[in-house]
Amino acid sequence: MTVTAPADGSPAASLLEEGAGAGPDRAFRTVTLVAGTMVLVILLLIAVTMTVRAWPAFSEFGTSYFFGTEWVPSEGKYGILPLVWGTVLVSLIALVFAVPMSVGIALFVNELAPRRLRRPVVTVVDILAAVPSVVFGLWAFYNLLPGFQTVFNGIADAVAGIPVLNTLFGPSTGSSFMSAGLILALMITPIITSVTREVFATVPENDKSGALALGATRWEMVRGVVFPHSMGGVTGAVMLGLGRAMGETVAVALIIGARPEISLNLFGVGETMPAQIFRQLSEAGALLRSALIGLGVILLVLTVLVNVGARRAVVAVDRRVKGTA
Amino acid sequence: MTTDTATGTDPVPATRSSEVAVALTGGTLGAGRRMRNTAASVLMVLAFLLAATPLVVMGVQVFSQGIDAVTSGSWWTAPIPETGRADLADNEALQDLGFGDTSGGDSSASEVVLGMAPAIVGTLLTVLGASVLAIPLGILGAVYLHEYGKKGRLARLIRFMTDVMTGVPSVVMGVFVYTVWVLPRGVDGKSALAASLALACLMLPIVVRSTEEMLKLVPDNLREASAALGTRTWKTTVKVVLPAALAGITSGSLLAVARAAGETAPVVFVIGFVTTTNLGFLGQNTTLSAQIYSQQQNGGALSTELAWGAALTLVGIVLVLTLVARGISRRFQIG
Amino acid sequence: MSDTTERKMTEDQGPATVSLAPTGRGGADDAATERPVVFDVRDLDVYYGAHHAVRDVHMGIRRNEISAFIGPSGCGKTTVLRCFNRMNDLIEGARVEGDIEYHGVNLYDERVNPVEVRRRIGMVFQKPNPFPKSIYENVAYGPRIGGVKKKSELDDIVERSLQRAALWDEVKDRLKASALGMSGGQQQRLCIARAVAVDPEVILMDEPCSALDPIATGRIEDLMVEIKSEYTIVIVTHNMQQAARVSDATAFFSTEVNPDSDFRTGLLVEFDRTSTIFSNPTDQRTENYITGRFG
Repeated sequence: MTVTAPADGSPAASLLEEGAGAGPDRAFRTVTLVAGTMVLVILLLIAVTMTVRAWPAFSEFGTSYFFGTEWVPSEGKYGILPLVWGTVLVSLIALVFAVPMSVGIALFVNELAPRRLRRPVVTVVDILAAVPSVVFGLWAFYNLLPGFQTVFNGIADAVAGIPVLNTLFGPSTGSSFMSAGLILALMITPIITSVTREVFATVPENDKSGALALGATRWEMVRGVVFPHSMGGVTGAVMLGLGRAMGETVAVALIIGARPEISLNLFGVGETMPAQIFRQLSEAGALLRSALIGLGVILLVLTVLVNVGARRAVVAVDRRVKGTA
Repeated sequence: MTTDTATGTDPVPATRSSEVAVALTGGTLGAGRRMRNTAASVLMVLAFLLAATPLVVMGVQVFSQGIDAVTSGSWWTAPIPETGRADLADNEALQDLGFGDTSGGDSSASEVVLGMAPAIVGTLLTVLGASVLAIPLGILGAVYLHEYGKKGRLARLIRFMTDVMTGVPSVVMGVFVYTVWVLPRGVDGKSALAASLALACLMLPIVVRSTEEMLKLVPDNLREASAALGTRTWKTTVKVVLPAALAGITSGSLLAVARAAGETAPVVFVIGFVTTTNLGFLGQNTTLSAQIYSQQQNGGALSTELAWGAALTLVGIVLVLTLVARGISRRFQIG
Repeated sequence: MSDTTERKMTEDQGPATVSLAPTGRGGADDAATERPVVFDVRDLDVYYGAHHAVRDVHMGIRRNEISAFIGPSGCGKTTVLRCFNRMNDLIEGARVEGDIEYHGVNLYDERVNPVEVRRRIGMVFQKPNPFPKSIYENVAYGPRIGGVKKKSELDDIVERSLQRAALWDEVKDRLKASALGMSGGQQQRLCIARAVAVDPEVILMDEPCSALDPIATGRIEDLMVEIKSEYTIVIVTHNMQQAARVSDATAFFSTEVNPDSDFRTGLLVEFDRTSTIFSNPTDQRTENYITGRFG
């Protein structure tokens, strides 16, 4: 590559040439660029191919697909609202339990626990994250549902005469929105905890000392300094957890009961979008298949929106922290 | 050496001192404040126990219910015994959870040879395939992001989309592979390869992000030292940067592998079902996670035993991968 | 403050040629010795894990005086200061031995509640650390957690505290504005106002001016002198002139290197009236430090 000798023989002349290695360098750059772009290509492929396959359902059923309140494929009823309802309800139940638990663990690790206890606690939470979803489902199905049934029915009996409560907490067979929500809570706690911890860790030590030096108790310091500082980031963490909960499939499929129904009874059976896809797709006829892939598209859109929102919230915190530093 | 002008002069009146003592021992700190602080601390510990207790209980129960099958000798080598209802496909009563056909397995449970070899092989095969597809691609993508793209528009877009892709539910990846791979090919499309594709989609963003994090940790002066010798970026990357980040990249990739090994949703409807070992990437296959699900759906004593055994095996594999990954990252932390 | 300082300490054995007499605030020194002792420190030793950070500190801090801690880096001035309101409790592995009696009560008695200690003994930090809240909320924070709920009462406290910190006129029209929008010097005065708002008896200041420009520094120094009639102030400073300008008593700390482990242990060399320390120190090391820096 350096064959063309500089005319004037100046040592600087060769600076104008590409020199040895420029070719491989460009090739390597191109290879990495292609690899990096794969993420975009795959995401685009996912969106396009699935939408194409789902189109028959979208066009055939139209609004009755998106706003129909009955999902009974055997009778040709493809209204997805019961499945959306199940997904949202189960995810919200999961958040109600997981968020306080995660924030508590994050505070425990960051503010309360002595240093030597921190690593074991973090390890326990990490192991919780590593347990496969299907194992959660199997365990909950055999070892928890009977107990859940007893407890739920006990609660249902206790509130039997009370309006609103008797609707929310009705009779149960064990499999239910609540069972699925509780297991999901356990499954999304690690992700919320770890992001929350990162956010809490960005609170300047100086600010915390400031509160303590004014005679604040540890809890008052947390409320007065740590929480206000972390609101956006914790919101992001919660949304990440929500995204996880909405997409979680097998564990929910095993314990929610597989009956698509818009029911206010938290102790009653239901069904979610991912669980329905999971159960039916393999053996579905053309129309049901299209409807199920449509569910996948909707699930994709919802989780992408939630995740984008979550990233925004976390990034906003980053900016603010760096801005004031 | 110390000139303490204070000693001995002007003693503090006793009354004053005892007042202060009362105040400092919390006499004036409101009972409410103290209680709220204690309650908050107790709740924090409780939050941890609430998460840890189910984990421990689950660990114990999975172990105790699966250990017999796993230690039965034939477990790692024998084919999966027929439970009378091998193929989920024909199971009309699939949704009636817990109501399986028990006639097939129950009566002969003691005589059958418990085995899970096909699923263990299938798990290793699918995960291997997914790793071969996703890890090199992910590392190269991360190299682009951190060594070439940096803060550019394209790099920022890819980074953002990688985060988005991390959040895409695994079942959607399964649906995707099902539509582009299995549907055009019919039943023949169901294979370990198809499952590998779905798992690779799942692993790719995880590998990209964890690798980029590790590349960030490689100090810039290493790159500068290499560049100052007239080395090209690609050579610097391959010879200096990647080796420096190797431990971290390995650890991140192993975590992605562990995640993929445990996945069920994207696997079940693209892999089919077999009860004998299939060492090839083509043709129907099975995995531990798929077995746990389908055996649970079958119900019956034999199926349940198989499901627990598979669960223990899977948890063991995933935990080993996770702990090895953590060990590597702890031992070789950069900086 | 720097390595040169320590080198000077050992090499420069010459007598003090420049007298750095205090500029007057400590003029009524002899009368001041009659003031009651707030902190009586005896045999104070501080350890961080196995590391002996500070040893053998004895001193008596008097009420309504400004006491300054000076000395080279790593000599333990800040460590000792943080013992006075038990902020060292927050550092894992920190251990305090000996007595710090506050009005006759040992602060490290196991029955003593550190939260209550910090209410009476406020602190201002090296880097201004206003909370990311409004100016008003910053000052109201302490009284609020102390149980003051009435708006009018809080308003009074906020105004009084800001006035005492010489900040009221500058911020009275924008009390709801974020404290983070203020200048560094204003933020530091806000932190003083915040400390004053809980009505402490003592204010500890850990190099309060090190992040400020000379004008802002001057304002804080004036402020300290103004409010010392109501508070007892202990200040750690790197700036000897500052100590000479504002303080009534001065403690000079130094370090010694542990021959076995290369760790440095801080120790108190001399504690006396500021005028004495700067004009006629008893200890040769003090004299070397004072003159080494300026002579």
